Amino acid sequence: MSAPAAARPSAARVVARGRRRSATRRRVIIATLAVLVVAGFAVTLMFGQTFYPPDDVVRVILGEQVPGASFTVGRLRLPRAVLAVVAGFSFGMAGVTFQTMLRNPLASPDIIGISWGASAAAAIAIVSLSLDRTQVSALAIVSALAVALLIYVLAFRDGVVGTRLILIGIGISAILESVTSYVLSRAAEWDLQEATRWLTGSLNGVTWDQTLPALAALVVLTPVLLHQARDLSAMQLGDDTASALGVRVERTRVTVIVAAVGLIAFATAAAGPIAFVAFLSGPIAARLVGVGGSLLVPAGLVGALLVLVADFAGQFAFDTRYPVGVVTGVLGAPYLVYLIVRTHRAGGSP
Amino acid sequence: MTSVGIDRAPDAALVRRPARVRFLWLLVTAGVLAALMVASVALGSRDVTWSDVWAALGGADDTLEQAAVAKRMPRTLLAVVIGAALGLAGCVMQGVTRNPLADPGILGVNMGASLAVVTAVAFFGLTSPTGYIWVAMAGAAVSAVFVYAVGSLGRGGATPLKLALAGTATSVAFASLVSAVALPRNDIAGSFKLWQIGGVGGASYERIGQVLPFLAVGLAVCLLSARGLNSLALGDELAAGLGERVAVIRAMAALGAVVLCGASTAVAGPIGFVGLVVPHACRLLVGVDHRWLLPFSALTGAALLTAADVAGRVVTRPADVEVGIVTALIGAPFFIHIVRRQKVRDL
Repeated sequence: MSAPAAARPSAARVVARGRRRSATRRRVIIATLAVLVVAGFAVTLMFGQTFYPPDDVVRVILGEQVPGASFTVGRLRLPRAVLAVVAGFSFGMAGVTFQTMLRNPLASPDIIGISWGASAAAAIAIVSLSLDRTQVSALAIVSALAVALLIYVLAFRDGVVGTRLILIGIGISAILESVTSYVLSRAAEWDLQEATRWLTGSLNGVTWDQTLPALAALVVLTPVLLHQARDLSAMQLGDDTASALGVRVERTRVTVIVAAVGLIAFATAAAGPIAFVAFLSGPIAARLVGVGGSLLVPAGLVGALLVLVADFAGQFAFDTRYPVGVVTGVLGAPYLVYLIVRTHRAGGSP
Repeated sequence: MTSVGIDRAPDAALVRRPARVRFLWLLVTAGVLAALMVASVALGSRDVTWSDVWAALGGADDTLEQAAVAKRMPRTLLAVVIGAALGLAGCVMQGVTRNPLADPGILGVNMGASLAVVTAVAFFGLTSPTGYIWVAMAGAAVSAVFVYAVGSLGRGGATPLKLALAGTATSVAFASLVSAVALPRNDIAGSFKLWQIGGVGGASYERIGQVLPFLAVGLAVCLLSARGLNSLALGDELAAGLGERVAVIRAMAALGAVVLCGASTAVAGPIGFVGLVVPHACRLLVGVDHRWLLPFSALTGAALLTAADVAGRVVTRPADVEVGIVTALIGAPFFIHIVRRQKVRDL
């Protein structure tokens, strides 16, 4: 009788210690990611065709006039770097939200066509209709929400099965990609710059009036998502368990979908559907911070870091300047195939 | 490959349509194709009269109208040839994998061919048109084997949805690699749309002549495997029990399909969804006997691609929409329809 009694407190202590350790690990990794994002942001502002020392950059950000730097850093690099962070963070958070909610890493908005909805709408609004920024963003979010709803309705038959939802999403993506290509080819001339933005995502020639709506959306919608983080984690256990735990499942689901689609739509309207960032960020973040706890913030940071690094590498690491979406596309493509191989080998449908 | 099984026993009337009905449909399809070919020559951004068409068919190109018609003729021919190849390849793939979702585009075979060509042009200085075809066929073969291997991993073997998922994911992955290779190169970026979307706009008799022998070989191999594909439809065990060499049949038929896909991608880019829609439509018309189904798929594929090309030219005059865009707009909803029809246990 004495042996189990002695074992019980020590087991509890082991669990407690493990929890403390993983919480510490989580905090350390989030802090490291944040530092890396800030460092990447700073490097993006300082380096380029010409180098500007940190104090010049800081003075420009504070609003002082610095010859040369005011234009290069303030007008060219700053909006671009801010949009890189904002779009990356938006894609990362929205991606992991969908992956968590649908319990499937393949169900990220860029694979199931939601990003394509926003991209097609933005391409139509800008290339064919020449609308202004607010209208573009509005159209993008309406269209992305409509696509999300459409995929859900089409995939619903006695419940939503993961594989069916993903394949239907891929079909929808094919349609929307064709619509985007169609819009682009109807434009006066095939402008490769515009085409790459709406087909793969690009930060080339970004200005403040593209960046600011995306930033505003991020500032408004991040707290909404974070507020739902705990309920979202509970929903991973299944709808019945979650509602037994006191989660209002339907309300949480609608709120979360609208917020995540909003993030995607605003970021896409500014930067195009930067390939695979939403898809990659969640799994990378999960690998880094481990299970337990919400992945929203880590995935957002990973996304921001991905876009910053990919954009910087795309601009300067090669002979030619690649748009950021091409770089993330090359990174994401093998991972997509690997994920399929792994889930198939593990048995059952992904 | 394990047996996926046929969902429901097909209706007896669907298995074998009466010869009279099949013959009637053959005439109707051939008539439709002929009408579409005429429309494809007559319609386009420039209005032409029937006398211009007639004169240009006779070889005249004195006026602008006649020159326009003369330019549309190889384009029409290419659409017919490529459509036939893709329709046939799709039908063979659906037979070989016993998968209603198989299609050269969906299974990533065409995109693999496209990636191979773009890579060879960008990094190895490939210029000869025949070289394009060989490289494209190699790319198609490699990606077909790869997708099939990935799709049949794990429990249940190559179920329709697993295979389709592996194929579409590979296709998406290849497409982004194609952009990565092609975009920064000015010499390829000009034909970027061709290698990403596919179209028949750049047709010439010379290019058709180069690809025709390859397509003829692929066509012959595919048509010869019709009887074998009928046995495969019974399931591997039963086919083997009937004395068929299952692996040989499957390898031969797949080889024929890969040759068709590679050769057509080398001239027209990765056009998707033709091979998905056509066999399903043909099965409704002539039943599931591959000896009828295969030639019928070729004919209907030719008609579908010609129609898509005409639509792409007429709807958006004076701009030209790539035929790959039109086929995706037609085919993707159909793909969704078939996915929705699949039963949950096949997922």
